[in-house]
Amino acid sequence: MGAFLARRFAQGIIVVALVATIVFLLIHAAPGDPFSASLENPAITESVRETWRREYGLHRPLPEQYARYVGNVFRGNLGFSFSLQRPVADVIGDALPNTMLLMSVGLIGAFALGIGTAVAQVRNRGRRVDRFLGSISLTLFSVPDFWLALLMLVAFAYWIPIFPIGGATDAVMHNMLGPAGKLGDRVKHLVLPAATLALLYFPLIARHQRAALLDVLPSGYINTARAKGVGETAVITRHALRNALLPVITLLGVAFPALLTGAVFIEKVFSWPGMGLVIVNSIQSRDYPLLMASVLMGSVFVIVGSVVADILYRAMDPRMRDEF
Amino acid sequence: MNSDIPLTRGFMAAASRRWLDNDRSAVFAGALLLAIAIPCLLAPLVAPYDPTAQPDIIGLQSRAPSLLHPLGTDPYSRDVLSRLIYGGRLSLLVALFATLVSVTLGTAYGAAAGYARGLTSSLLERVLDALLSIPRLLLLIAIFAAWRDIPVAGFVLILGATGWYGVARLVRGQVLALRNQDFIASATALGATRLRIFTRHILPNIVTPVVVAATLGIGHVIVLEAGLSWLGIGVRPPTASWGNMIQDGSDQMVSHWWISLFPGLAIVLTVMAFNVLGDALLKALSPMRPVIE
Amino acid sequence: MSEPLLSVENLRTWFHTPSGIAKSVDGVSFDIRAGETLGIVGESGCGKSVTALSLLRLIQPPGRIEAGSRIVFEGKDLVTVDEAGMRAVRGNRIAMIFQEPMSALNPVFTVGDQVAEVARVHGTGSRSDAWDRAVEMLAQTGIPSPGDRARQYPHQLSGGMRQRVLIAMALMMNPALIIADEPTTALDVTIQAQILELLADLKRRFGTAILMITHDLGVIAETAERVLVMYGGEIVEEAEVRTLFDDAHHPYTEGLMYAMPNITESRERLNVIPGTVPPPTAWPSGCRFRDRCRYSWERCEREHPPLYQIGVSHTSRCHLAEEPERRAHPHAPLVEQIGASL
Repeated sequence: MGAFLARRFAQGIIVVALVATIVFLLIHAAPGDPFSASLENPAITESVRETWRREYGLHRPLPEQYARYVGNVFRGNLGFSFSLQRPVADVIGDALPNTMLLMSVGLIGAFALGIGTAVAQVRNRGRRVDRFLGSISLTLFSVPDFWLALLMLVAFAYWIPIFPIGGATDAVMHNMLGPAGKLGDRVKHLVLPAATLALLYFPLIARHQRAALLDVLPSGYINTARAKGVGETAVITRHALRNALLPVITLLGVAFPALLTGAVFIEKVFSWPGMGLVIVNSIQSRDYPLLMASVLMGSVFVIVGSVVADILYRAMDPRMRDEF
Repeated sequence: MNSDIPLTRGFMAAASRRWLDNDRSAVFAGALLLAIAIPCLLAPLVAPYDPTAQPDIIGLQSRAPSLLHPLGTDPYSRDVLSRLIYGGRLSLLVALFATLVSVTLGTAYGAAAGYARGLTSSLLERVLDALLSIPRLLLLIAIFAAWRDIPVAGFVLILGATGWYGVARLVRGQVLALRNQDFIASATALGATRLRIFTRHILPNIVTPVVVAATLGIGHVIVLEAGLSWLGIGVRPPTASWGNMIQDGSDQMVSHWWISLFPGLAIVLTVMAFNVLGDALLKALSPMRPVIE
Repeated sequence: MSEPLLSVENLRTWFHTPSGIAKSVDGVSFDIRAGETLGIVGESGCGKSVTALSLLRLIQPPGRIEAGSRIVFEGKDLVTVDEAGMRAVRGNRIAMIFQEPMSALNPVFTVGDQVAEVARVHGTGSRSDAWDRAVEMLAQTGIPSPGDRARQYPHQLSGGMRQRVLIAMALMMNPALIIADEPTTALDVTIQAQILELLADLKRRFGTAILMITHDLGVIAETAERVLVMYGGEIVEEAEVRTLFDDAHHPYTEGLMYAMPNITESRERLNVIPGTVPPPTAWPSGCRFRDRCRYSWERCEREHPPLYQIGVSHTSRCHLAEEPERRAHPHAPLVEQIGASL
């Protein structure tokens, strides 16, 4: 297990280094330099740009710039965002927890819905419920993230105004509320984006869980359970599920990058102040330092997440546990 | 995935029979796909208007669906239906070619990795694992935000160049599994070169899972391109793409719902069709399925 | 004669597959009396396991118990009773012991948990009551330190012990009938003997009826009072065990007897009934055994034999009952000799 941990960890670092290098190359290989985009901003004069260029060492040879870049990243200096007039590290520091919150709740929702759907499908296999749930699953799997988010927003924030239109908290009221009110406000704002995430990603989980359950059903102990008089629902939820859950947990590693992808679009639509919104806005404002650093950090986040998920899965598998 | 199935004529005939018998939804999906693809590909002949034409900028702005404009007009006074058709052509072709690029790159890499031995093999495998961990969308965002004015060809190439890892892993697995089998050894003993063995014996067995992966992959790329276009870094207006059409209508979803609704529906239907098709292909080409599904 | 405990009438269990209807059980009728041990013997594919599963309605689609079948137990027809009623019978009034002790137990639950589950499903007592009874039953089946064993997982137990666990599971609610499907096939010969001894002992103590399903005539000889021989989805012979061994009538039964390897006899080659079991999707017309039978004649192809009464409680599905002189004219060797060089 220790050897595996070390290997996985090393692998993670290599991937992060790879992404960082690609990002670096992109910044420098793109036509113009990182600051030419700010040409569109009249407030930034050419002399300001020159100062920046000197500060960022853009006159130095490329390998030296790369070394500085790596050094900076490790030291936590991710540059300065001129569109937000704050250090990038600060911006990310504020945004990342929000994305983590959204993604965690979304993940939990996706797994709960996915496993529940799979159980319902297997319990009623061959019947209309099975096919119906399968169709819903397939449809949601084929829907583009941003479009569903738009539909959810229109449906539940405009037509039936139950939920707020966007943001993580109410801009006006939040600070005037008591602790319970504050919590309620946060929850209210979290529901739609998290629900959208869950709806988008549960089909993947449902499909794998359904296959895993069907794989397990012909096993001898399932028949034993039925012969004991255990009801069919309990056979599936108690006997089959416990054995079919493990392969689905591996999906956690895959779900992470997928959910971040979804988060980018969902945060934009719901104005959720997370990494996704930062990235999208920085595209539009051509704030390259912010954009590139966000992409890098986003990737790091995802890679860390999938490594952790991998380790968790290994720890949970009883066969692996014995190797401890 | 049972891959050592010879793609003989008899097998294909049986597979198609199985497919048509068991999966009416697959046939329906295939028909739906043709119904969407054919008009799109024949866009200049089918579309009622020019997709970028703005004949009456004020009078035709954001008009609801009517007889003249069956799907309405967008905020730039262009006909939605025509844009939908032209946009479909673009989105489909982009997805198709990007997938082609991915499949080619992936097969090449996978075959090389599968054939390699020892250190090279594990190195190639590790590189693949590393590449698979990079979140594709973020990478694409970084690339397309940096290179603003990429020609369509470049766009397709880059899309394809970021999506081959899955195919590579698949192909590598198959090659590894097949390379140790007896029929390969006997072919080698009979004097066949490695290339000949690959093209005549291994390639036909790889085709199956790769075709399935490609079919499912096209849907994925359609959604990806739509997303990038929606963000403004994919297909640039005024060229129509389903993604940037949704962007045009995003701000007015409540009042002018048709501008974003129809392109969205188009995407859903098309991707669904590809997914159903891919699933059906998977089922038809793996005959060893349990009787109870 | 008192009412039988279980009465099966014309049981037909067919599997509706895309490649045809497999008539695995095709018109089987028998009774089991309270406290008796009935054996069903036959090759794999003859339908004996499917019969057992049908009794507890454990057949999954595409298999289905066809209309016209009746299974009468304690006043109810188990074929038509509702699911809740069926569940009340399973594990409670009729229990089943499966063939492979390893795969028959859930690897993620403790052994005690799984045995106690029977009581939790059917009883009204608390969890600890169920657990206590489980431990008690494990003791009854001869498992040493049952309290500790109960807390272990199936992979930590030996094959013989797992089988004992399954037997304990079956006995939990003191059922009237236990269906044992090849209970000793997956076990070593020495363990086999122990398990059979255990079953006999439990039967004596609790008075349970047992339906013993096996392909092993030795097991039949040791445990059964009456025997059914199955072939081609049907019963081809029914007799008391002594009668079957001394006086088998049906050519298939004869073949089975002759094919049994005998440790005292010195023989270089194995005796085998020639041919193979036909597929259940295409039973031959007339007598289903005729292609492998050395006495068959044209009547056997024309006319499907009913169960003829041979003796007091001895029936046989063979036209030889009406034309016994044909037995003097066999036309092919009864058994095919398999070369020793194989």
